[in-house]
Parts: sequence; structure tokens; C-alpha cells
Amino acid sequence: MISDPDVLGLLYLVSIVCFVLALRFLSSPKHARRGNWLGGVGMIVAIATTLLVEGISNWALIVVAAAIGSVVGLVGARKVKMTAMPQMVALFNGVGGGAAALVALAEFHENGGDLVWDEALSIALSALIGSISFAGSLVAFAKLQELVRGRPIVFPGQNVVNIVVLGAAAAIGVAIVAGLEDQWAIVAVIVLALAFGVMFVLPIGGADMPVVISLLNAFTGLAASATGFVLDSAVLIVAGMLVGASGTLLTLLMAKAMNRSIANVLFGAFGQVQTGAGQARADDGRTVRATTADDVAVQLSFARKVIVVPGYGMAVAQAQHDVRQLADLLEERGVDVKYAIHPVAGRMPGHMNVLLAEANVPYTQLFEMDEINPEFPQTDVALVIGANDVTNPAARSDPGSPIYGMPILDVDKAASIVVMKRSMNPGFAGIDNELYLDPKTTMLFGDAKESVLKLISSVKSS
Amino acid sequence: MTDLTFVVELTILVLAAFLGFEVISKVPTMLHTPLMSGTNFIHGIVIVGAILILGFADDTFTKTVGFVAMVLATANVVGGWFVTDRMLEMFKRRPEPKKDDQK
Repeated sequence: MISDPDVLGLLYLVSIVCFVLALRFLSSPKHARRGNWLGGVGMIVAIATTLLVEGISNWALIVVAAAIGSVVGLVGARKVKMTAMPQMVALFNGVGGGAAALVALAEFHENGGDLVWDEALSIALSALIGSISFAGSLVAFAKLQELVRGRPIVFPGQNVVNIVVLGAAAAIGVAIVAGLEDQWAIVAVIVLALAFGVMFVLPIGGADMPVVISLLNAFTGLAASATGFVLDSAVLIVAGMLVGASGTLLTLLMAKAMNRSIANVLFGAFGQVQTGAGQARADDGRTVRATTADDVAVQLSFARKVIVVPGYGMAVAQAQHDVRQLADLLEERGVDVKYAIHPVAGRMPGHMNVLLAEANVPYTQLFEMDEINPEFPQTDVALVIGANDVTNPAARSDPGSPIYGMPILDVDKAASIVVMKRSMNPGFAGIDNELYLDPKTTMLFGDAKESVLKLISSVKSS
Repeated sequence: MTDLTFVVELTILVLAAFLGFEVISKVPTMLHTPLMSGTNFIHGIVIVGAILILGFADDTFTKTVGFVAMVLATANVVGGWFVTDRMLEMFKRRPEPKKDDQK
């Protein structure tokens, strides 16, 4: 049992240092794993220290709850496929936010009568942000898991309703800070925040998920930080804020990669904007040309340089291992193969990198947008595997397009383009891709995995 | 527990924000997914709050709320850590580009 606050504080300081170093080690893939271990040590120190705080009881409940949580977390972490990582991250965001909100609720219940204004403020914020993050993350999870439609779900006056709900929650929060002691007040904040969380993520389309997940990540961190104010715990404040900073930074990066403001992502219900404007394009006589795996195999085998452009379609088809095998085959034949990674390809920041890492693609072959774009003009074949909006030249040329101004991969500058796609359905942004009508483009329809497997056997036999 | 004042806490918060931005901006794009899942793990630190609530609870309401918070926070910590470790293992193993053709 430790009763000296200085000893507790020093032990918590050890875990703070561990967390900071854990993030610091993430700056290179070589040390990243060691960093995570260090983070683990920090967490164990924090948990052990807390358990040693004088006066802790209810041991049976603590042990049972920890056991249940551990089993759930462990099974989830082991079972999840790398392609399902965005859902998983959303889910962990959610549980963290939920825990923060519950801690705030319990703290209000315990000390309802004698809260100083700053404690009341921290409780209200923790409950508010934690609940938004919890509900929002669960909706994001459901969307990514395809339990609900990925397309934006909208109704008239949605933004007004959202603002009213959030305003009501905030107003009750202010009342709590002003001294309202009724327990229903904090419950109302939580319920309203939950409703807001659901409504604010529901209308956001699948392609905008990288922004939303990053933002929810920041929210959960901030909720944890607010909890730290409630409990006067420096480790909670610092660790929570580190996460808050990380989530905020990623949110800004993702929004920038789409050339849209965060407000536009959150309230624009992307994908509903355009109907028809792009549809008529094919009227000028240009048509989409379909091709066969054998033709593409010949094209690839005799190319000098091929750039693979992976997208969410590759993740859905779980084709990353086969893509890598195809690339290896081509390299054996002397073809120069590189991968072009758009910052918002997939459903979360760095999504494609993780998948290709799982398939053992050396990260020296992966190139970011700015590095690879100058190379497309010298490229014989650009092989687009399940990517859509990030290759749409309309982003450069058509001011009427909803994605106008978004930086894209200059796939259309390659000598020829092969697009692998399940069907002619538009991408998640719900707009047509001019690239498909380009005379240099041929389309290989079908499931990405099956198509790649066919390509592999054709390349082998050619 | 400790005797931190609000202003001291706010100072810590602001400094942590600057530190966070500084450290995170050095993380390469390639590692952004592990960064998200690693920070996911770190916000599992709310487990400290959950333990304090549940450990000092004496009525049924607080015990129930604390129990649920504890379950969620533990799942967050354990799951977040193992997912991140799994992911980083994939990034680590490859000083040589061509080695294990058999997957």
C-alpha cells in the first residue's frame, strides 16, 4: 500500500516517460516495436501503482472486470484480420471513450454535492466528449463492418438537429459547472452526447472515414485527459493529451490530403452532392474498354516499369498477398515495380501500408504521392487495384467535381493504365471516374483477388 | 489524491499538447496506422480512472458503473497493445527485401 502522494506521483512519472518514448520510437519502423513494448511497461507501472493506492478495495470486482476485459481484448486483437483494422481501431476508440464517460458519471455521483467549478467542468467535458466518441466510434465500426450502409445517410434539417442536440448537451454542461447537482443532469449530458455521436457519424461516407477515425481518436484522448482533471492525475492528463495531439494531427493531415476542410467532411455529407453531372460524360462517344487477364499479363511482362496503385478494393478482396506475388514474378522478369500510396487510400491513415507490410512488401518499394507522381510519365503500366477517387483526373481538371482540388496520383500520365474493378459502380464518393474513359485505359472487371490470381498464372505461362 | 491545482494541471496539459505535436510529427506516413492503434492503446490509461472508481466504490450504482468502465478500459488496454504489436511485427521483419518467398 502506498499512501505517500510523492511516491505515487513519481511512479506515474515513470509511465509518462514510457508513453512519450513509445511514441518517439514510432518515428522509425526499426524501433517501433520496441516502443510499443515500452508503452506496455508504462501501462503496467501505471496500473500496478493505482492498485497499490491506499484504500482500494472491491478486489473481486476488479479482478473479474479485468479478466472479462482482457479476454475480450485479447481475442479481438488475435482474431482480427489486417484488412479489418479500421473497424478494430474504431472499436477501441469507442471503448476508451465509453470508459472515460463512465468514470465521469461515477465521479459525479460520488461527489455531486461538493464539486468545485473546475472539477464540474472536467466531469462535464469528460462525459460529453467520451460519449460522443463512444457512440460515434460504434457507428463508424458498424459502417466499416458493413452492418449499416457505407453511403451517407441523410435527412432534411440534419445539421440543425445536430446543433440543437449538441447545444442542449453543452447547456446542461454549463449548468453543471454553475452548480447544478442533480444526477439527472449528467445522465442527460451523456444521453444527448450519445445521440449526437450517432447522428454526426451516420451521414459521413465511407471515403471520409480516415478523417472521422482520426477525429474520434483525438476525442477519446481528450476525454481521457479531462478525466485526469477530475481525478487530479497527471498521467491521465498527459497520456490523454498525447493521444489528443496525435488524433488532431492525423485529422488535419487527412483533411489536407482530400483538400477539404474538416467542417466540410463532417457536415457536408459527401457523396450526396452530385447526381448526374458526371454521368453524362460518356455521351461524347468515348466508352470503357474491357480487357482480359491474358492481355494484361502480356502488357505487364513486357513493361520496363510498373506502378501498382492499391486502394480499398484490394483490402476488401484481401488481395495483398497475391499482389505481392505478382510483383515478385514481374521483378524476376526484370520489371521495375513500385507501389504508389495515396494518403487517403483505404479507410484509415496508413491503411495500405499495413496491408502491404502484412504481405511482406519491402517498404522501400512503397512511395508516397509526392515522390511517385513525377515517375508516372516514364511508367509503362499503371496497375490500379481497387482504387478509385484518388486516381480521378477530374480532381485536377473539373471545377464542378466534388473532389476538385484534391491531390491525386497522376495515374493518367502513364503510357497505359489497367484498372481492376469489381464493376462499373462509382467509388465511395459516388462520382464517376474520367480515367476509365481515357483511351489509354483498359478495365479488368472482377474481384481483385481473382483477377490478380489469373494474372499470376498468365504471367507464369507466358 | 495529489494536490495539483487547476492551473498546474492546465499547464501540464498545454505542455503535453506541444510535446505530442512535436513527437507525432516525426512519425512517417507509413506508420500512421500503427500510430493510431498505438495511441488507441495509450488512451487505455483511463483504466487508472476505472480502478480508482471501482476500488473506492461503496454503493451499487458506483460499483456497477465502475465495473463496466473497468471492463471497457481493460479491453482497450489489452486489445490495443496486442493489435499494435502484431502490426509492428510485420513492419519490422525485413532488412532484406527478398528473403521469405514462402509466406
